[in-house]
Amino acid sequence: MALANNSDLMAAIAVTRFGLGARPGEIDAAKSDPRGFLKAQIRADGAEQPQGDLKSSSDNLYVYAGLRKARQAAKAEDAADALKQVQQQIRGLVINEMAARGRLAAQTPNGFAERWTLFWSNHFTVSALKGTAAPVVGSFEREAIRPHVFGRFEDMLLASSRHPAMLLYLDQAQSAGPNSPAGQRRKSGLNENLGREILELHTVGIAAGYSQADVTEFARALTGWSVSRGRDAPIGQGDSGPLGAFMYRPYLHEPGVRQVMGRTYAQAGESQAGAVLHDLAGHPSTASHIAQKLARHFVADTPPPSLVAKLQTSFVQSGGRLDHLAQTLIDAPEAWQPDAAKFKTPYEFLVSSWRASGQGPDPSAPLKFVGSLAVMGQRPFSPDSPKGWSDEAVDWASSDGVVKRLAWAEQAGAAMAAQGLEPSETGKAALGARLTPAVATAIARAETRPEAFAILLMSPEFQRR
Amino acid sequence: MNRPVDLSLTRRSALARAAGLGLSVSFLGRAAFAAGDGDLARRKLVVIVCRGGMDGLSVSPPVGDPDYAGLRKTIAIAPFDAPNGALKLDDTFGLHPSLKAVHRLALAGQARICPAVATPDRARSHFEAQDVLESGGSLVYGTPSGWLNRTLQALAPTRRVEALSVGVEAPLILRGPVHAASWSPGGLQGRDGRLPGILADLYAHDPLLGPALASGLQTQSMAKVASTLAMAQEQAETPGEAMDSMAAMTGKPAAANLGGNPQAVRAAGVTVAKFMTAENGPQIVAISVDNFDTHANQGAAQGLLANRLTYLDNLLDGLADGLGPDWNNTVVVAATEFGRTAHVNGTGGTDHGTASTALVLGGALKRRGIIGDWPTLQPAKLFESRDTAPTLDMRSLFKGVLVEHLGVERRTLDTAIFPDSASAAPATGVV
Repeated sequence: MALANNSDLMAAIAVTRFGLGARPGEIDAAKSDPRGFLKAQIRADGAEQPQGDLKSSSDNLYVYAGLRKARQAAKAEDAADALKQVQQQIRGLVINEMAARGRLAAQTPNGFAERWTLFWSNHFTVSALKGTAAPVVGSFEREAIRPHVFGRFEDMLLASSRHPAMLLYLDQAQSAGPNSPAGQRRKSGLNENLGREILELHTVGIAAGYSQADVTEFARALTGWSVSRGRDAPIGQGDSGPLGAFMYRPYLHEPGVRQVMGRTYAQAGESQAGAVLHDLAGHPSTASHIAQKLARHFVADTPPPSLVAKLQTSFVQSGGRLDHLAQTLIDAPEAWQPDAAKFKTPYEFLVSSWRASGQGPDPSAPLKFVGSLAVMGQRPFSPDSPKGWSDEAVDWASSDGVVKRLAWAEQAGAAMAAQGLEPSETGKAALGARLTPAVATAIARAETRPEAFAILLMSPEFQRR
Repeated sequence: MNRPVDLSLTRRSALARAAGLGLSVSFLGRAAFAAGDGDLARRKLVVIVCRGGMDGLSVSPPVGDPDYAGLRKTIAIAPFDAPNGALKLDDTFGLHPSLKAVHRLALAGQARICPAVATPDRARSHFEAQDVLESGGSLVYGTPSGWLNRTLQALAPTRRVEALSVGVEAPLILRGPVHAASWSPGGLQGRDGRLPGILADLYAHDPLLGPALASGLQTQSMAKVASTLAMAQEQAETPGEAMDSMAAMTGKPAAANLGGNPQAVRAAGVTVAKFMTAENGPQIVAISVDNFDTHANQGAAQGLLANRLTYLDNLLDGLADGLGPDWNNTVVVAATEFGRTAHVNGTGGTDHGTASTALVLGGALKRRGIIGDWPTLQPAKLFESRDTAPTLDMRSLFKGVLVEHLGVERRTLDTAIFPDSASAAPATGVV
């Protein structure tokens, strides 16, 4: 395995593979110290926050609740209109979140920190395809993920598992133990969805070999973890805390001692599930699961085992410190192979195209870029399962996918030409030392500037990182 | 129908159906059979993967099983004679009241249920179980290609075969050495510029982008033909409806449309059928239907699951109708990665289980009862005291169809298409 060792190529790799693609001048800025350029983005206070008309989860849920109330109050013949209004409002909330996040990705100087954030956000997937969770999928990423991306994994796991978006998305909020007061009155019972997905997707992974009994026991420990209905809920239903805040409901909790993956949990109440999460965060299988996923995301669909081993060791030795993990990734020679093995997802393709142009998505038409991504199969915040978006080329490089990219690249190429950019210079700035002579020649020989830009965006080098 | 059809409109509308409905369709095998293969040359196979864990006990509720109502409580489907009750198949089984078209076909001997079938996987993980269902392996990650792709290889080792998937993502069931093209709504309008040629040169040595671009461009004309045919039939049957489905183009998430527009779903089924009956159309098709993961509030005769089953019913109805005389040459199998718990859970739903129901449909099925045995829902018979126990291996069902319908050799089935599966004998007497 040849390793990149000249600073021109390393700078291009730092910005396009570790980052989200080069803005004009970015590769030059990374040249003197490519590794240092990336490490400077690791900050204890986490990732940058998207800017815009964005509300807290609680406020977003109030919008939803208020409209729902209005709908119930409306006469039967108006119900359809009222429902439509609720859907449009929520759609507006989510579109705002998508647009703000798209602008941040297109413009941030901290491309590595943003890619790192997108990885963790996808690791803890919530989706707007589930109606109850839709109002809070964007605020989930801002509240539960971004503050923790360079902190401790356990803190992010806890923040995710206690956030209303996750509690609603995976049906935890109403889950009740069969022997809890609520279960005894048969008002409700156990739902094991969140417990299962925390084990399978967020922590140890299916290779850890846990059993159905482990899933059920963990789901029992989680009972009571719920969401506040807010102080101003109808009489008799009001809770302490703002709507959507994490709330422990003792009358849902399954009493007794739990056994999960060979460990015994005798804690009473809310802290029982917390203790399980603590152990899951520190479980060796979690370290190997995360190491494998991270190496696959940054380096190759089938990553070098030596890199996976380094990341796993870093995770274990640092007690799940994500800043250490990022340093280890940047230091690893395996992550700097000259050949770009990763095929961009549609989101990465659009973001890197905007960055190449030095512009963001058209702020006056957020729906347009959301629509483009939907056509390419990656509507933001809307993956179709808790597993999140695929990170492998086989899922994205379908013939239809490539044809859709071509159609988009033609429009983007025309826009870049209208901006007055120069194609050959733009190509050099976007790919640096990764620009091959064949592509440079094709750009130079293009008949029109829009054609030249489309060639750049569709080139094998630009499609990969 | 003499009215001229505006091509741009028809194309957009038919495409819109597939776009807004959470449906993705995959085609395999344009030239899998030569004319000399006689009857086999006309045979068609459709596999519908119902993702999320479809609840077999609601698809084909065993209302005659004495334990059924007690286990299911609020989500139990009512007995045959009750309002909104199960649609009767025999003394034990009915169909969900939403499956009206399937019931009509069943009464004509053209639909059967397989009520306790499961893949060899027992982990109750969606992703692992779908992997096993689609790869045809005996364990997860056992094989990186899909069993439909390997079926095609086995059928046509020396002929050039083509594959097409409709939908942006390629499903595992048809991944493999036979290159799968794909198509979905939207995309290129008129493609006659220089760009494809320039890119083809740049992609000449690119194993990923080269084949993908070439086949992507080829599928455009085929899509146009199928959409036009489907639109013509649709306008003849339901004037005005075609326009309504334009709304689906606006990119709403699939979940927002659940069961919302039965006519549009039915039309999507007709569109797929027109692809299949077109000259050189695909003989093997895979369709994905999502959103069967009903952990909470799944409902009984009405509700979340009923909406999904209405969707499935309309899709099947459209397929059967659109195939016309070719329905007699077609077998459709609708299967899911696992069933759900026999007990209703605490939130009016069901959790991940084991065996479920598969539906088998076609114009030339054998008129017999259920496929496989019914283990009953007695407490001692439940798998791990919680799920419908499997009595039939999913691979046996698929193998039975491949043997009897497509004439695939047993040895190839046991080793190549479903590796190490000799112990799972083909379920015979289906077709």
